[in-house]
Amino acid sequence: MTTFWLLAPVMVIAALGLIFARKAVHAALALAVVMISLAILYAVQGAPFLFAVQIIVYTGAIMMLFLFVLMLVGVDSSDAVRETISGQKLAATVIGLLFGITVVLAIGQTVSGAVVGLGDANENGNPYGLAELLFGKYVLAFEFTSALLITAALGAMVLAHAERLTPRHSQADIAARRMREYAESGRHPGPQATPGVFARHNAVDTPALLPDGTPLASSLSPSIVERGQVREGFDDDIDKVVEQLETEEQRDRRAGRDGRGTDGFGGEK
Amino acid sequence: MSELFGNEPFWVIALKSVLIFVVLLVYTLFNIWFERRVVARMQHRIGPNVHGPFGLLQSLADGVKLALKEDIVVKSADKLVYVLAPILATIPAFLAWAVIPFGPEVRIPFTDTITPLQLTDLPVAVLYVLAVTSIGVYGIVLAGWASGSIYALLGGLRSSAQVISYEVAMGLSFVSVFMYAGSMSTSEIVEAQTDLWYFIPLFPSFVIYCIAMVGETNRAPFDLPEAAAELVGGFHTEYSSLKFALFFLAEYVNMVTVSALATTLFLGGWRAPFGIGQINDGYFNTGYWPLLWFFGKTLFFIFIFVWLRGTLPRMRYDQFMSFGWKILIPVSLAWIVAVAFIRKLKSEDMLDQQTLMWVAIAAGVLVLVTFFIPEKKPEPEPEPEEWDAFAGGYPVPPMPDSTRSES
Repeated sequence: MTTFWLLAPVMVIAALGLIFARKAVHAALALAVVMISLAILYAVQGAPFLFAVQIIVYTGAIMMLFLFVLMLVGVDSSDAVRETISGQKLAATVIGLLFGITVVLAIGQTVSGAVVGLGDANENGNPYGLAELLFGKYVLAFEFTSALLITAALGAMVLAHAERLTPRHSQADIAARRMREYAESGRHPGPQATPGVFARHNAVDTPALLPDGTPLASSLSPSIVERGQVREGFDDDIDKVVEQLETEEQRDRRAGRDGRGTDGFGGEK
Repeated sequence: MSELFGNEPFWVIALKSVLIFVVLLVYTLFNIWFERRVVARMQHRIGPNVHGPFGLLQSLADGVKLALKEDIVVKSADKLVYVLAPILATIPAFLAWAVIPFGPEVRIPFTDTITPLQLTDLPVAVLYVLAVTSIGVYGIVLAGWASGSIYALLGGLRSSAQVISYEVAMGLSFVSVFMYAGSMSTSEIVEAQTDLWYFIPLFPSFVIYCIAMVGETNRAPFDLPEAAAELVGGFHTEYSSLKFALFFLAEYVNMVTVSALATTLFLGGWRAPFGIGQINDGYFNTGYWPLLWFFGKTLFFIFIFVWLRGTLPRMRYDQFMSFGWKILIPVSLAWIVAVAFIRKLKSEDMLDQQTLMWVAIAAGVLVLVTFFIPEKKPEPEPEPEEWDAFAGGYPVPPMPDSTRSES
């Protein structure tokens, strides 16, 4: 009972969060909290098998939900709060309340008394009791359900299956093509030089410099070239560096820093 | 299952919980050192050898350093989930150890209390381990999502797909163990392996489990969620300091967890190896001796993990997924059907041990022979000409069957 009163507020808050969360991923996370709390309640009520299965099945299911959210809704988009159908909120509230009252009344009338027979059901251990029911009394329903699920999975596979229109390039094919291109046109078979890293500016809009100082245009992403965002003016750059070095040298000379005199490294005073 | 589980005094439970926690932390520090030393030896290096005897204190120093680093929360992170994710990854990793049996019933020193060397047991203990470890995946996926970085997101997505697929194969490899032991409780499975460790009769399951456990823990060669060469650091790219340390801890604890589970399910749990177990009427299976065998066996698996990391290059993602779904799962399904048949035939006395052994040897030889048959190379398809989508003036996709004949 303690567990119930500890978990019930958590579950209610998480369930409300599921409805009111702006971000779809937060909603999915709240759903996970509800499901795991439910699993713990199962464990407390003497159904350890259901506890484990609930978590295993629902973690997989909620993970799928995450993926659907990310793929369909986008990484960080939020729900629109504007009503698209007029009067929808009011109607949903009324119908939801009616449904809730019905459920509470129905369940309240059927299970008002104390539940009996748990000891008998779990006599040989909980998994045995469950297995006897699943593979004895309800075996047909169990098998039909699994047939239904397999059909659904097959259906999803058929729907998602796409005919391949172009031939498949394997890794070996691509390597062979690269070598052929190298033999025919001399195109370098390895990966291209990365931009920026070897230049003075460590950025993607700066082409890599060849050993002689000329920029390598192919190291830039084509989209950056397309947008006209390539950084240019490297000749000035070199001049600037030379100038900078010269001024530093002059300043040093003016300060008389030629080995000793200032507090340089290891200089005698 | 012992009557003691769930009926012990509070101080015994608290003591065992604290001990498990401490042992796991220390074992993690040891494993980090062990991995670095072994991998170093495999790469002709020395590895950490300065701090403490044999460099044993190196990971402790690294841990302290990691904890004292600046804790950066990136600007585009979803704060709540970002903080929650490392916690979600770590706690389930420890929870799984509640049902791992370390040894038989022993007397706690300086008292008269007798207790099994296992925190508790459930009739569905192995499923419980599967359940809590699958909660740990949330930590990884949420970390990937909450970081607000593409690398992290890709790592998180890869991880969720990977762990779910390999969990299927892992769960299927448990089924045959359940069928042999007739129980899902860890202590009873160890009990059932008194005469014969299950990796002998259930060798295919053992192999499948060993492959799946590497996939499940995101370790090389299946470390695609954090593939350093492709995704920087994967799901933990944006994490630093103690939060990163938690992920690190979770990964190593998970590694030990799956190793301990492999030990429990296939290698006789805490039982002494054949030969030692027979000495002096099983003296080495009593008292605190089993701790030695248990940790020795887990260390064996850790060594395999390190060995794999030192040997194999990372797999390509699509190959990895098709290996899991198209090979591991069908093979384990077929194996489960075979095990069910064998069990039934044996219980009906229609199959004696000798026939079974000969059949097993024949099957093993057949499998070995298939390794020596050279793979048939697929006929090289005639290179089709480049499809010109704009041939008729409009961009048109090629027809499925007429591609080659028309163009």
